[in-house]
Amino acid sequence: MNSKKKKINKELIVKSSTDNLAEIRSFVKEAAFESGFSNEVVHKISLSVDEACTNVIKHAYKFSPERDISIKTEFSNDKFIITITDSGDKFDPKLVPEPNLEEYHKQKKVGGLGMFLMKKLMDEVKYNTLSGNQNQVILVKYLAHSNAS
Amino acid sequence: MADFNVNVRGLGSVSVIDVKGYLDAHTAPQLENAFNQLINKNNYKVVVNFNDLSYISSAGLGVFMAYVETMRENKGDIKFSNMQDSVFNIFDLLGFPMLYEFYGDEKEAVNKFEKPE
Repeated sequence: MNSKKKKINKELIVKSSTDNLAEIRSFVKEAAFESGFSNEVVHKISLSVDEACTNVIKHAYKFSPERDISIKTEFSNDKFIITITDSGDKFDPKLVPEPNLEEYHKQKKVGGLGMFLMKKLMDEVKYNTLSGNQNQVILVKYLAHSNAS
Repeated sequence: MADFNVNVRGLGSVSVIDVKGYLDAHTAPQLENAFNQLINKNNYKVVVNFNDLSYISSAGLGVFMAYVETMRENKGDIKFSNMQDSVFNIFDLLGFPMLYEFYGDEKEAVNKFEKPE
C-alpha cells in the first residue's frame, strides 16, 4: 500500500437537492476508500459530508433545488481533505452553540446536530467565507490517526 | 436516489415500523409520514426495527426527537430494536441512550410495552 504517495484529487458538482445526497455519499466513499481508509472511517467521512451538504441545502440555499454545491476531495501526505463550497447565504458557525445533549432532547430542538456530528467524526472542521459570496466547509481526516484508533 | 423503505405492522397494541436502507434528509419525510399516520390512528406504542437500516444521518435522528414526546404524553413510547453497530454509534454520539430504550431483539421491545415492570 503506497497510500502516502498517492494523490487523489476529485470534484463533484451537484444541484442543491436532497435527492443528490446519495450520489454525494458514494462519490466521497469511493475517494476515501481509494485513499486507504477502513470501512468504519469511510462511513464517518461520508456521514460528515452528508451533514455538511444537508446544511448547505437547508440553510445556505433554503431548499432551493437548482443551486450548485461543489465537493472536492484531496488526499496527500496522509491527509484527506473534503472541501464543500456553495454560493448561498452566509453562515456563521459561532451562532450555532454546541448542544448540551440532555437539554437538547428536552427542548425537542432538531437543528445543530449535523455540526455536532461533524466535529465528533472528523479531525478538523473549518468554515470559510470567500470573496464572491461563497461559503466553504473544510473537513479533514488523517489516515494515520484513524487507523491507529 | 437514496434507497429507503418504511413498513408499518401491528403487533397487538404495539406498532412496529420496519426501516430499510438509507435514512437521510431526503428520505426522512417518509418516516415522518409513518409517524403521522400512527398518531392519526391513536397508536402511540411504537417499536422501530432497524434490522435492514444501513445508514442514518441527523435528519433521520431528528424524526424520533420530533415525535417521541407526543408518544410519551399519550402513554406510549418509541423504542428501538435490532440496530447495527454503525447505526447505533451515531445514536450514541448524540446522547440517545440516556433517553431512549434500545433492544437487541424486536420481541423484547414489544414485550416491554405489554408487560412493563
